Amino acid sequence: MPQVSLTVNGKKASAEVESRTLLVQLLREKLGLTGTHVGCDTSQCGACVVHVNGKSIKSCTILAVQCEGAEVLTIEGVAKPDGTLHPMQNAFRENHGLQCGFCTPGMVMSALDLVKNNPAPKDREIREWLEGNLCRCTGYHNIVKSIEAGAAAMRK
Amino acid sequence: MAENVGIGASVLRKEDFRFLTGRGTYVDDINRPGQLYAHILRSPHPHANLKKIDTARAKQAPGVIAVYTRHDVNEDKLGGMPCGWGVKFKDDTPMKEPAHPMLATEKVRHVGDPIALVIAETRAQAKDAAEQIAVDYEILKPVPTINDAIKPGAAALHTEAPDNVCYDWHIGDKSAVDSAFGRAHKVAKLDLVNNRLVPNAMEPRAAIGDFDSANGDYTLYTTSQNPHVIRLLMGAFVLHIPESKLRVVAPDVGGGFGSKIFHYAEEALVTWAAGKVKRPVKWTADRSESFISDAHGRDHVTHAEMAMDKDGKFLALRVQTLANMGAYLSSFAPAVPTYLYATLLAGCYATPAVYAEVKAVFTNTVPVDAYRGAGRPEASFLLERLVDVAAKEMGMDRVDIRRRNFIPNSAFPYQTPVAVQYDSGDYFGTLDMALKASNWSSFRDRQQEAKKRGKLRGIGISTYIEACGVAPSNVAGALGARAGLYEVANVRVNPTGSVTIFTGTHSHGQGHETTFAQLVADRLGIAMDQIEISHGDTGKIPFGMGTYGSRSLAVGGSAIVKAMDKIVNKGKKIAAHLLEAAEADIEFKDGKFSVAGTDKSKTFGEIALTAYVPHNYPLDVLEPGLDETAFYDPKNFTFPAGCHICEVEIDPDTGNTTIITFTAVDDVGRVINPMIVEGQVQGGVAQGIGQALLESCIYDGNGQLLSGSMSDYTMPRADNLPNVDVSTHVTLCTHNPLGVKGCGEVGSIGSPPAIIGAIVDALSEYGVKHIEMPATPQRVWQTIQAAKGKKAA
Ligand code: FES
Ligand code: FES
Repeated sequence: MPQVSLTVNGKKASAEVESRTLLVQLLREKLGLTGTHVGCDTSQCGACVVHVNGKSIKSCTILAVQCEGAEVLTIEGVAKPDGTLHPMQNAFRENHGLQCGFCTPGMVMSALDLVKNNPAPKDREIREWLEGNLCRCTGYHNIVKSIEAGAAAMRK
Repeated sequence: MAENVGIGASVLRKEDFRFLTGRGTYVDDINRPGQLYAHILRSPHPHANLKKIDTARAKQAPGVIAVYTRHDVNEDKLGGMPCGWGVKFKDDTPMKEPAHPMLATEKVRHVGDPIALVIAETRAQAKDAAEQIAVDYEILKPVPTINDAIKPGAAALHTEAPDNVCYDWHIGDKSAVDSAFGRAHKVAKLDLVNNRLVPNAMEPRAAIGDFDSANGDYTLYTTSQNPHVIRLLMGAFVLHIPESKLRVVAPDVGGGFGSKIFHYAEEALVTWAAGKVKRPVKWTADRSESFISDAHGRDHVTHAEMAMDKDGKFLALRVQTLANMGAYLSSFAPAVPTYLYATLLAGCYATPAVYAEVKAVFTNTVPVDAYRGAGRPEASFLLERLVDVAAKEMGMDRVDIRRRNFIPNSAFPYQTPVAVQYDSGDYFGTLDMALKASNWSSFRDRQQEAKKRGKLRGIGISTYIEACGVAPSNVAGALGARAGLYEVANVRVNPTGSVTIFTGTHSHGQGHETTFAQLVADRLGIAMDQIEISHGDTGKIPFGMGTYGSRSLAVGGSAIVKAMDKIVNKGKKIAAHLLEAAEADIEFKDGKFSVAGTDKSKTFGEIALTAYVPHNYPLDVLEPGLDETAFYDPKNFTFPAGCHICEVEIDPDTGNTTIITFTAVDDVGRVINPMIVEGQVQGGVAQGIGQALLESCIYDGNGQLLSGSMSDYTMPRADNLPNVDVSTHVTLCTHNPLGVKGCGEVGSIGSPPAIIGAIVDALSEYGVKHIEMPATPQRVWQTIQAAKGKKAA
């Protein structure tokens, strides 16, 4: 079985995987990082979004072996080590941007990438960016508000 | 209390920290030592006789531990999947209740019907091995739709129901309705379909069975809204395991919307298999598997007529509905198109006579059961659309005809002609607020302006009612429920004064850990960080019926209040002893027990400590400890109601509908946490918009599911949805201690008729009277073309 070595949330990790193992399976099943979720099998829902080399990506749509040497950031690596929430996470809490929490890790990871490229996204831009992230609970209204507020907090 | 965290405060959620940092624990996040993986071989055919099933090669495949089929289920004498609600035919004979096997026996009856369970060391091995199972099918003619099922000579799914009819039920006074129609000035008529939906909670269902061979205990981890109900149904009817040997845990659950109420075969299969192979067994659905194994929602075909007098007053309503049950009866399916639907057909209106007939049929499709709103969205869609048609028929304004027929505020408690009694409401109040918030009166200006831009603008209104807070056990029992519907709370005051609440309800997004803690902070006067809400584990919680039908606060919250009353009463006895005063003179307020009119007092913490360290304590008359349990059985359903107004713009060239504004004014009774209520309504409205504009579960003529994945089924996305303007108008529920009604379902119940009403209004220049859901661009465009064709002809 092939071996992959990569950096996840700043720490070196390596594991034996099957050639067909997806990045999300590596994260969840081999590295115990279960914050990244699987909500579909057709690359539609975005519950699995993580950053690979600084870009948001659906971790169900990339093989683990393709991530050899990559820098991966998952939801577990977003808050400060002392537990202080990232401004974007905090904005989701303050704006009730989550209910069941299942889509939330993907939403936060996706939002962080949006803000990287567009530090002050507007309602419509956020909605269009979230095209690949499904939420069944919130109706998106508060997610959009959260991302606006999170982006504003990150500009400070 | 220092901070404002009590009733009415928008307290930020306690549960958010774990969800935001990826530390929630959903079922698939749990891994038990030595765990195996299950894969289920499912039928690719909608209807077939099951001849030989050959598992020999699969059993030899790499990593495979066991393969189970009907043969093993029979050998272990397991039961089938039980149904929790019985409905009767018009002549009082019981509904047809065919067996629902865990693994198919002589026949398969829908695409996705489970045939074999493969257990292997890895998920991939189990999946690979399932492909090695050879199944010999004798294909039968499929019956995929309601209309197919009732055709004379249609193939029968079950021998017990040769005509595919599960029941033919009715409610109301037929002769009163017939005679009212005889006197009618005008009659409004409408045929409509309530489209079939797939719930699609974002977390796919999952289950882990675990068996402790040292003492014979089973544990099931499952994505459930009601772990005690699963323990009861699975233990008693399927696996024959006593409750004392069976623990069911529903940890963090990623949304339910009804689809995780029901007892599913996979839960029983992994539990049973764990006992057989003596290792934990995990099953997690792929999303495409969810589409063919989670219960679907809605799926009605209805004809309705409203009789009116010359002033537009409703005289009588007559409804005939065909409801799809799918291939088997899911746990609560029979109740949905009857007691959760037809009993709401009076709506907010003082219609004196209502008669409804509901025929439920079996089809070769996934079972249909409760989905957010369950029966009530079907009722409100039908009634509110019919009221619009009635207004048109009478040449009256849509708002005027509603006002004219509303139940007046002075009429509560109001007994409807369809069994239920509304306790409170103010339909005029919610209507007026919504008209104002939506700028209803200046709409025609906006419509003119849109016309200049070549757009068709429309406005729609719905003044809905629903019944929730399920349910008074004796009433539900008389109507066919096979369980009680009370709720249970255990309030455990710990020695140092912190409090743990064990509730039989379950939170899968609703924020109970916060809202329920607010109830405790408010009543006991202790800080939020001293309160813990525990739910979802039959090993910890005394008992409970779970979360659905917007019952958690109205029923579960009331049980917490009742248990807290017992705590306060006992605390007063302890305080009276310590303060050397009469019990009657002790007052409890802001976390302090004090002697009335003096400055002598003891804090809640001091009383708690005394209860557990009873050195100075009336031991001869009072037990030590401060731990109380209450069962609360509601006296009635609750009846949230409100007004939803939707404004749309349609591009006539593409048929594309854009929602410009959506205004919801809901009376959900007393509001504990406004932020959470708003979120619940927004989420519910999003599902209503999904139903009205985007979502449809479609089987083709061969019984294959066409909309069988998230690539084929249109889920609402951020860029399809508007911001939703939510406000509340409170009339208190009169029969529960909190005055609360429930807010989980109003969004999906109230919104579809407002959206479709808006589209019909926008298309009114084409003479369109109704359009079916989902009003996709294609359907809207075709409707416009057909109308143009008619005009030209
Ligand atoms: S799991 Fe749905 S997109 Fe990756
Ligand atoms: S919060 Fe439940 S799916 Fe988004």
